[in-house]
Amino acid sequence: MGWLGLLIMTGLGLGFAVVMILLSSLLGPKNPTPEKLAPYECGMPAVGDARERQSVKFYLVAMVFLLFDIEVAFLYPWAVALRDLGWTGFVQIVTFFLILVVGYIYIWRKGVLDWGPATTSAARAAARAMRERNAA
Amino acid sequence: MPAGFSPSELAYLLPEFVLTLGALLVLLADAFLSRDRRGAVIGLSLVVLAATGAALAWVGAPHQTIARGLLSMDAFGLFFKVLVLVAAALTLLMSGPYLAAEAMPAGAYSFLVLAATLGMFFMASGVELITIFIGLETMAVAFYILAGLLKPNPRSNEAAVKYFLLGAFSLGILLYGMSLLYGLTGSTNLGTIAAAVANPAAVGRPLLLVAVILVVAGLAFKIAAVPFHMWAPDVYEGAPTPITAFISVGSKAASFAMLLRIVVLGLPSMAEEWRTLFYVLSVLSMTAGNIAALTQTNLKRMLAYSSIAHAGYLLIGIVAATPRGISAMLIYLAVYTLMQLGAFGILVLMRRGDSAGDEIQDLNGLFQRQPAAAVAMLVFLLSLGGIPPTAGFMGKFWLFGAAVEAGYVWLAVVAVLNSVVSLYYYLRVVVAMWTREPEGLEPRMRPALALTLALALAGTLVLGLYPRPLFDLAETSAKSLGSAVWAPSR
Amino acid sequence: MATTTQYLVLSATLFMIGVAGVVSRRNIIVILMSIELMLNAVNINLMAFSLRWGNTTGQVFTLFVIAVAAAEAAVGLGIILALYRNRDTVNVDEMDVLKS
Repeated sequence: MGWLGLLIMTGLGLGFAVVMILLSSLLGPKNPTPEKLAPYECGMPAVGDARERQSVKFYLVAMVFLLFDIEVAFLYPWAVALRDLGWTGFVQIVTFFLILVVGYIYIWRKGVLDWGPATTSAARAAARAMRERNAA
Repeated sequence: MPAGFSPSELAYLLPEFVLTLGALLVLLADAFLSRDRRGAVIGLSLVVLAATGAALAWVGAPHQTIARGLLSMDAFGLFFKVLVLVAAALTLLMSGPYLAAEAMPAGAYSFLVLAATLGMFFMASGVELITIFIGLETMAVAFYILAGLLKPNPRSNEAAVKYFLLGAFSLGILLYGMSLLYGLTGSTNLGTIAAAVANPAAVGRPLLLVAVILVVAGLAFKIAAVPFHMWAPDVYEGAPTPITAFISVGSKAASFAMLLRIVVLGLPSMAEEWRTLFYVLSVLSMTAGNIAALTQTNLKRMLAYSSIAHAGYLLIGIVAATPRGISAMLIYLAVYTLMQLGAFGILVLMRRGDSAGDEIQDLNGLFQRQPAAAVAMLVFLLSLGGIPPTAGFMGKFWLFGAAVEAGYVWLAVVAVLNSVVSLYYYLRVVVAMWTREPEGLEPRMRPALALTLALALAGTLVLGLYPRPLFDLAETSAKSLGSAVWAPSR
Repeated sequence: MATTTQYLVLSATLFMIGVAGVVSRRNIIVILMSIELMLNAVNINLMAFSLRWGNTTGQVFTLFVIAVAAAEAAVGLGIILALYRNRDTVNVDEMDVLKS
């Protein structure tokens, strides 16, 4: 019977949304001006194009996140079976983790995690190379 | 149930441990050394490979199945591990001069070469689908990055994108086939699968056939057999030259190891079906590869098509699927590794100044400028074409003989005709080296490159004149693969 | 409760949509998404078979497929980004530096 309640809840939720949208489009006055059609940005007029170039940092962080995020897919099954796996499982998951830590140290030293002014020599070199490429 | 290894089994994995730790060490060294310590990083990687080799020699082939049936430590696996280790070492050796010419950092590069080698190790000894798949992907992902590592070079970008897209696509097909195999048998262990499908009618023959076709198609992508070869010429042309060499020998050898394990060990009851599939793939690859190679003006593309044709020759061994056929395949893979790496070594030599050096006309008059290199290239090309007294001849002779012995006379005839065709385009390069006037910058021979070429040359000649030890090794290895295929004759 | 056959039909459909996407679309990102569809079809297969056989091998396989798919996606996006910086395109039809 628990499923019926869920079904009614879903139906009510969907129905309410549909009815509200229909009502507002039927009853609401329509007087479009350019300001009203512009994307909402904190009540201020929008500045520039939404498609402007993002810093490459965003892509890098997204990729790094994707990789380290997946380690959870292995940590959860291990945590669930923690008692059954015992020390063997512990050693294995720590080994797995240490390999990831080496990867983490690598990206840290290569300056992937530096957002502000570069702090490592490798990151400074990378930033310099990027400036030169942009200038060229 | 505690998963994993018993302590005594861990010792058998020493080479893999050494390689893993070594690769991580290289990564850390790159993170903490200054940017221009190219030689040091490559030297460290070579030391890691040497240590792995020593560990391999210490472990040998104990003929044990370890880790609850995930890995088989047998002579077959050992053969392939030594093969890819040699390929990786020669690749790194010729990488130093190449990286210097391209002004490329060596850290990530060396690490990825080691990671790809590690993946190949698991492809060579895995006897369980998940293990094999993880090995394959460790190798493949490393190669996708390596192919695109010349970041400012649009050719390298494009090669990486094409390699990645087609590689991932073929992975999807392969995995779908593997999932069906698991669904039909309830196991991912190749031995259990073989037992479960011993009577194909009992598990549902049509679905099993679909699974076999999908797995074979997925693997045919990896070995670049026609009609799944489209990526090869573009990737070979665009990737950094030493990486092209490594993809064409290492990836091919490891993929063949995995192919043999899966079909011979896991699917002996479907032998009739996969024989037919490989027969078709073999004839198509040989013929289409050689014909396409005839018209190429870019040496890297020509070698790509030639490597497609070689995949066709190698498939003959699986079609025969006799111990002799398999051992002939192993011999040919070893020989192919040396001569192909040698030919790509010459391409690294031609990389000079602003010239990529991969057009055939870039080799014009090489004999006048670098007689030793020209003679070495001549030997590699003759070996690729299968002319005695080179190793290529012995390999082809044994391979085609195996086909005749197994009753596939027509396949052998097609292969011989194809070898004759292939001579034409190999000799075009020779003609360019000897008779044309040199142009462009003078190629500069560096010690590391000279050593690579000398080793490949020595291997190609010695294995051609004195092939007995290799033959014995290959025979032992092929026998250790062990299978139900050979027992009942067709 | 769905039967194994129903799961298989679902996964086969998903797989074919993925293959069709890879073959017909020209945008690299969309092709990448289609490949992910194929891999997810594999995952559905594996889970359905795991349920049917009552062993966990299929679930373990699925975990590894997910991990590998993530690694491939990260590497793939990196490669595509490198291409985009040099060429200002993510269209396979405009990849013509390498002659064929």
